[in-house]
Amino acid sequence: MSKRSGSDRTGEDSREKENSAQRLGRREFVKLVGTSGVAVSTVLAGEGLLQAAAPRPVLDPQQPADAATSPLVGPGPVRMMLDINGAPQTLVAEPRLTLLDALRDRLYLTGAKKVCDRGTCGACTVIIDGKAMYSCTTLAIDVAQRPGAPAAKITTIEGLAPEGELHPVSACWVDNDAEQCGFCTSGFVMAAKAYLDAHPQPAYEDVKAALGGNLCRCGTYMGIRHAVVDAGGRISGGKA
Amino acid sequence: MADYKWPAADKRELIGKRISRVDGPAKASGRATYSYDVHREGMLFGRMVLSPHAHAKIKSINTAAAEKMPGVKAVVAFPSIGPGFEVLWAGQELVAVAAETEDQSRDAARAVRIDYEVLPHLVNDNVTPAKAGDRANKPDVASEGDADAGFAKSEVVHEGEYGNAIVTHCCLESHGQVTEWQGDQLTVWASTQAVSSIGGEYVTALTKAGVPVTAANVRILTPMMGGGFGSKFQADRWGIACALLSKKSGRPVKMMLERDHELMVAGMRPSLYAKVKVGATKDGTLTAWSSESWGTAGPEESSQGAIPYVFQIPNRKRTHTPILTNVGPARAWRAPNHPQYALVTMGALDDLAAKLNMDPLQLFLKNISLVPGGAPTAATGPGGAPAFSLARVYTEELNKAAELMDWQKKWHPRGDQTPGPIKRGVGLSIHTWSGRGHASNCNCTIHPDGSVEVSLASQDLGVGTRTIIGIVAAETLGLPLNGVTVNIGDSKYPQSGASGGSTTSGGVSSSTRLASTNALNQLLAKVAPSLGAKPDDLEAVGGNIRVAADPSKAITWKQACAKLGTTPVSVTTSNQSPEGRSLMSQQVGGAQMAEVSVDVETGIVRVEKMVAVQDCGLVLDVKTAESQVYGALIMGVCYAVYEEKIMDQQTGRMLNADMEFYKLAGINDIGELVVHMMTGPGYDERGVIGLSEPPTVSPGAAIANAVANAIGVRVPNLPLTPDKVLAALGKGEMA
Repeated sequence: MSKRSGSDRTGEDSREKENSAQRLGRREFVKLVGTSGVAVSTVLAGEGLLQAAAPRPVLDPQQPADAATSPLVGPGPVRMMLDINGAPQTLVAEPRLTLLDALRDRLYLTGAKKVCDRGTCGACTVIIDGKAMYSCTTLAIDVAQRPGAPAAKITTIEGLAPEGELHPVSACWVDNDAEQCGFCTSGFVMAAKAYLDAHPQPAYEDVKAALGGNLCRCGTYMGIRHAVVDAGGRISGGKA
Repeated sequence: MADYKWPAADKRELIGKRISRVDGPAKASGRATYSYDVHREGMLFGRMVLSPHAHAKIKSINTAAAEKMPGVKAVVAFPSIGPGFEVLWAGQELVAVAAETEDQSRDAARAVRIDYEVLPHLVNDNVTPAKAGDRANKPDVASEGDADAGFAKSEVVHEGEYGNAIVTHCCLESHGQVTEWQGDQLTVWASTQAVSSIGGEYVTALTKAGVPVTAANVRILTPMMGGGFGSKFQADRWGIACALLSKKSGRPVKMMLERDHELMVAGMRPSLYAKVKVGATKDGTLTAWSSESWGTAGPEESSQGAIPYVFQIPNRKRTHTPILTNVGPARAWRAPNHPQYALVTMGALDDLAAKLNMDPLQLFLKNISLVPGGAPTAATGPGGAPAFSLARVYTEELNKAAELMDWQKKWHPRGDQTPGPIKRGVGLSIHTWSGRGHASNCNCTIHPDGSVEVSLASQDLGVGTRTIIGIVAAETLGLPLNGVTVNIGDSKYPQSGASGGSTTSGGVSSSTRLASTNALNQLLAKVAPSLGAKPDDLEAVGGNIRVAADPSKAITWKQACAKLGTTPVSVTTSNQSPEGRSLMSQQVGGAQMAEVSVDVETGIVRVEKMVAVQDCGLVLDVKTAESQVYGALIMGVCYAVYEEKIMDQQTGRMLNADMEFYKLAGINDIGELVVHMMTGPGYDERGVIGLSEPPTVSPGAAIANAVANAIGVRVPNLPLTPDKVLAALGKGEMA
């Protein structure tokens, strides 16, 4: 099945590489927040990173560290600054908070949906620095402002168009009846938006592979195929 | 005076056209608020502690540590759960906790200590009655005619085995709710298919649990709904526990099922396996049927085996034995039992056709008078249209499907002889469903400023209910679709039935038509004098009220409504009247054909094309109706080729309780889909009939038959995974 193919996840993989280069890497993060078990310690020991982890500092939960200035945070609540839909958003939360939970439960941006919560179905898709990403398997702190690294630019579906207006991709979803219950729709629209940004005029066949990282239960794939092709035409054709 | 009857085809402005769903923009912009999205001030997050054992007795429950965890505000045992309780499936809910954050609630749930006495379990969905011991329930036996005599007359007899594994619902919005008490008033934002009825369950269960509440004080809200497919008719154990957590903490609580929980316990279609014997004369006339079937609906006895399906073969007998297991509780799954019946019946008929060296399309057509209602007649119905006959409907549909599939060209005798590993084949199936509308009340209010509201305590599961209500009201009042506000998803509106069994379209469209017509007639009575006409002479068309015989005598809708002064017209009407019943009908037919390719080296099945030809009486919105059928075909591809609830026989738990390994078809897995709705004379005048279930029935059978046609051997059990295909090829003569 196409959605299981490795190509769907290349965005995520390259994202991880960028993280390592630009800001606190995921491995280092795991160590610092103190969630490491024996296995992680073993892996890290060879990289000379273990020393920095011990002794684990105990931070005062009443005085949350600021993720933007402190490389050492957790396991208690941390102040994080996220860049969402072009505006800074600050929240205080444990570093284990996923971006999806941060969006839905802290910032009340509920367009991204929690469905599989395990990086399979794509209902939580948001665009991070131009790439479609699963927000359920992205930690909020990994995309927050960190020492020496700006916050990643996150676009949620609410950021596509002002309330009451429809982005052309959304409009094509409506016109082609590419939605039934609508619970997969936000994720599909965001995946399609990121795809169309990179491939402005896809053919019908291309869409089948491009959106393999999202799942629908009602069975709206026929409408979705047409919607994406339609949106490509409208955006590129200047009709938007 | 406006008439209740559905307008004639040439008078329809909205009905039967291609209309985009009215809640489409809200959904496509991420602004639609589902129960899962509701946030209330001070809201806590609920989490449930589940049994890891499929069969066990609870020895003790200790929640002391959990109650002291950071952020925890309430811990409750589920009603009736305590020492001595017998757990019957893994994932049974035992204790619920509510905490400030989701992560804290998860931590606290882990800190609950429960001791069990583990008991022997049975989680195999395919245990024959002979091997099931005391887990085999009393067999259900039925017969018609004389099966033995029928087989004695048969010239060709086929015997085969067919089976359907358990599949789950996997609604993308998982089950659950937000509950909030304000004094003695309980509000529940629930993801439910039954806004009108689950409130009563809260009253009964909460009162029993020592938290009395009256029905008048319970309000159910379902603003948007992320799919149900038959699995969300009840308040459910988690709904009651959530309300108890809210009561205990004094805070609103959101408690939605996590995905593994949803897959383990919140949805399950019973298995059905059967040994079939079917006979015919050499010309393909069906003469006899006998079947022994078994299946499991979990610990319940609701597994059924009413086969043969559609074809009422003369001289038949069947024995069905429900097996009681610990696989989890069954729930109604879109067209309950019909997909399983279709696979067994259509599979056996397809195999019989192969044995007769006959095209199965010809076998089906030859025996079409065996369908309910018997042979087609030349009788005519209202308006000179052909009288309803399921046999006529199937004949027309099969011929249409054959044309759209290019069946004559694509069908070949069993086993594609093309060289190479890729074999292609085609298969077919037919199905039926009642789909009669449920009881429904609708309020139509016409305001003096011209705005219109139609309100009913129905719900839109994603099928387009909100849209068809708007279409019917707007059509009736001669307004554009955006001239009507549709209010649903609130139990304070007039009662309307639960959305199950394809009963909603007929129910809400008839009540809306009646209420809107009645409201319009009151308005016409008010404005008639100013047009110098009698109310009977007026009609509402194109945003105007006008004299039917002299359209130049007209006033706009707004001008007409202004004559109401300060008092709106408000009418509530039930569809439980002869007029209401005349607007809907029941029993539809559908035919489907599938084309597949099978790689005989890897066993991988690909669905290349599916054709669905479907009748549902008067189609209200062609666009959303087609989407329903596309969706049914895709759901069918899922259960035919990919989906299966896989149980670990050792631990009794579900092995694939996640969306990575509980496989649904992706956008690249569904091939080309063609949908044709039967409309026009002979269909439209029947009135509205539900559409959700019927097209979900045939895909499994049609795809399985196509695979047999491609590879020359029957793969007996769904899903048609590579291991089963290769095993069948290993046993078969071909390959």
